[in-house]
Amino acid sequence: MPSIHVKRGVFLPLLEGEEELIRKSVSGVLQEYEAAQENLIPILLQVQEMLGYLPGPAMEQIAAALKIPAVDVYGLATFYNQFRLHPPGKHQLKVCMGTACYMVGGRIALECFERRLGIKEGETTPGREFSLERVACVGCCTMAPVVVVDEQVEGKVTPTRVDGILLSFEKPAAPGAEAAGQKGEDAS
Amino acid sequence: MNGNAAAAVRERYRKLEADAAARIKAIYNGPVIRVGTATCGIAAGALPVKEAFARVVEEKGLPAKIIDVGCMGHCYAEPLVIISKPGFPSLCYGYLDEDLAARLVDDFLINDDPCYEFALVALEPNDVFPTFSDFPRGVYEQKIVLEHCGFIDPGDIDHYIARGGYGALAAALGKAPAGVLDTVKESHLRGRGGAGFPAGLKWEAAVKAGPGEKYVICNADEGDPGAFMDRGILESCPHQVIEGMLLCAYAVGAERGYFYIRAEYPLAVERVRRALEQAREKGLLGGAILGSGFNCELEIFQGSGAFVCGEATALVRSMEGKMGIPATRPPRLAQSGYRGRPTVLNNVKTFAYVPPIFNRGVEWFKSIGTDDNPGTAVFSLVGKVAHTGLVEVPMGTTLRQLIFEVGEGPANGKAFKAAQIGGPSGGCLPEAALDIPIDFDSLQEAGAIMGSGGLVVLDEDDCMVAIARYFLEFTQQESCGKCTFCRLGTKHMLDILTRITEGCGEPGDLEILEELAEDVRDGSLCNLGATAPNPVLTTLRYFRDEYEAHIFEKRCPALMCKELIVYYIEPQKCSKLCNVCVGSCPTEAIYTRDDGLKAIDQEKCVKCDNCLKTCPPDYNAVIKLSPPGLLTEKEGKKA
Ligand SMILES: Cc1cc2nc3c(=O)[nH]c(=O)nc-3n(C[C@H](O)[C@H](O)[C@H](O)COP(=O)(O)O)c2cc1C
Ligand code: SF4
Ligand code: SF4
Ligand code: FES
Ligand code: FES
Repeated sequence: MPSIHVKRGVFLPLLEGEEELIRKSVSGVLQEYEAAQENLIPILLQVQEMLGYLPGPAMEQIAAALKIPAVDVYGLATFYNQFRLHPPGKHQLKVCMGTACYMVGGRIALECFERRLGIKEGETTPGREFSLERVACVGCCTMAPVVVVDEQVEGKVTPTRVDGILLSFEKPAAPGAEAAGQKGEDAS
Repeated sequence: MNGNAAAAVRERYRKLEADAAARIKAIYNGPVIRVGTATCGIAAGALPVKEAFARVVEEKGLPAKIIDVGCMGHCYAEPLVIISKPGFPSLCYGYLDEDLAARLVDDFLINDDPCYEFALVALEPNDVFPTFSDFPRGVYEQKIVLEHCGFIDPGDIDHYIARGGYGALAAALGKAPAGVLDTVKESHLRGRGGAGFPAGLKWEAAVKAGPGEKYVICNADEGDPGAFMDRGILESCPHQVIEGMLLCAYAVGAERGYFYIRAEYPLAVERVRRALEQAREKGLLGGAILGSGFNCELEIFQGSGAFVCGEATALVRSMEGKMGIPATRPPRLAQSGYRGRPTVLNNVKTFAYVPPIFNRGVEWFKSIGTDDNPGTAVFSLVGKVAHTGLVEVPMGTTLRQLIFEVGEGPANGKAFKAAQIGGPSGGCLPEAALDIPIDFDSLQEAGAIMGSGGLVVLDEDDCMVAIARYFLEFTQQESCGKCTFCRLGTKHMLDILTRITEGCGEPGDLEILEELAEDVRDGSLCNLGATAPNPVLTTLRYFRDEYEAHIFEKRCPALMCKELIVYYIEPQKCSKLCNVCVGSCPTEAIYTRDDGLKAIDQEKCVKCDNCLKTCPPDYNAVIKLSPPGLLTEKEGKKA
């Protein structure tokens, strides 16, 4: 069966051993749910939580298990903003583009990140170090503009704070950057 | 239920309440530090503050307890704590940091000096320090939905029970479901998700749909990009919403219900999950609730970030594992909803009103607000206003009172420009419209909508064309694509607005916008499309001159639209001794002129705003000019 992964040609090549990891993770998640379309969104959310994104093979495996066409799964994953079809960076930067943030410089913060990282919103840096996304209101409008750095909400993000956030990842031992610490060697 | 069974339920609740009250009272026999740890408190640094308290309390071997609470509504002053010490009124402190935390432990808990200079307000009336009702905000505010928010631990059900929580449920279980329904109908409670549909009628329709499986769903999708009331409530007092849902389930005969919560709200999901577990342990959820014959299970369903899924029929579809595309009604959800069964879907706040209505009575509820709009309105007050936060005022309060008294007006001495109310479906109201009362009907007349309660204050620095464009971009992206006008009409409008903000607007654009707006409004199935033109129509109605400045003068009066401004350093203000802006510029666009002052190379400038932000207040030499042509004038003068 030709995989959507190949057919659509929009997915990044998988890393070594990733295919196996995907298969195992998806099987694990599928075991927890009854194979019904009703559970599709919870399944996708949980798989994404484990893998960081929804790789093509994962969607196929889920489709097969629920006995629905793979394009239905793919369609659903593209309909909802929460799902990511590309591998995220090791650090995820989400710039809030809710009203309050937009009006006080969210756009400026986003452009600063884009410039500093050399990528556009929705993209991941080549070494999969950072990915940059926009989100709608995360519910902290009183701290606008807001950026969610990994799971941490940062408020009042001025252009200088953007630099500060990125700098904090450059030193592997910096507080709040333990993920960078694990693989400090490629924190460049 | 017969009298004996009803008495048994009451008895069981009385015991729960007595135990909870005793436990909570024991906690407050010693000093208690309550730390606001809702999402935005955490963002403001509440966790290190909490750790600092814990550390110092432990070091000094004090008996003080540290408790997590949710949002107190005074979000501008976060991190916030409340310290209660026997012999003193409970005092609320704002703008906490670790040093102040350590100092409060030393001075207040050990040495009996409450450091009044740092206190914001006292919770109970006393002779020494003002309480909420001594401030303008306290005069206007009346809390029903937010009553417990910020004061109780959302992670410990006993706090809610000790304040009488679940008492309304216990009392209702002793009555027939029809009696419960009647109370809600008599209260005239209107749904708070935006449209203001009477909750009692909706519930009644589900009852009339006949026997069999039914569902209750709490809509916590909160997609309005600039509103966080529902998040605040779920993070701060989830049990009040659970109790409201259970009352609804009992009234309509449902045995299963769901919280549909946005995936962007992980903390709300976690707190609701924990609350459900604790309610189950206490016998308040699940089988034979409080020993009665009523069974009801509640679960969480995580939404996946599509704005349109806040719409009732789309929400139900997405719960069924399909794309969230709205359906034509009828059938109404109350007849055929989730899994094709009768379903009652209400907003978080709608459910949260229900327990207080039962506890204090329909007459009390109707005495608040206006005749057609009983009760209160909850807003997240954000944007350019001094006191941002979650506020709750009686319906009928004016926008002016809300913004200028409760919110203390625009921040930083800027001039007020508009109130954006109702999010992408709402509109921007100017100063002149601020005296209209807040209720579902009056706001609609003014061209805005009540919406679910997002209120963004805009000041002179905010461009009305840009905000209209912003909302249209949002709805355009979020359109599910089913209706042609919603999909393409909004795209067309967006293109025109983008052109205008980029200085390529043409005469006639505004008329085309108005025509398209009508088409989109009339040609859309759901309210996403039907209300999408509102932000454009209201800004055109009240701020047409700003559009015209963009089109005919290529000028952005608010100095916001990037293509229509340039950054400029005023030589007469710039100092030779300073060069902070030079280092702040990411593109090395700032150079030193022969005379030692700084200037900007416009070719290199990417308009990032850094230099303007970093130029010291003593000089304030960096300014924005619009239209960009002004630059030649300025530079000409200098030469
Ligand atoms: C595009 C769109 C988005 C909506 N988003 C929400 C929402 O986030 N929360 C909400 O409670 N209602 C939302 N609604 C309104 C719901 O359709 C529904 O009317 C409401 O949840 C009913 O609850 P209520 O009667 O308690 O107001 C939305 C409607 C539309 C058309
Ligand atoms: S109006 Fe827009 S969002 Fe609503 S059903 Fe039509 S296309 Fe979808
Ligand atoms: S706005 Fe930004 S790019 Fe332009 S001169 Fe100032 S700092 Fe440099
Ligand atoms: S608009 Fe950014 S957090 Fe709400
Ligand atoms: S006080 Fe933190 S959310 Fe309001």
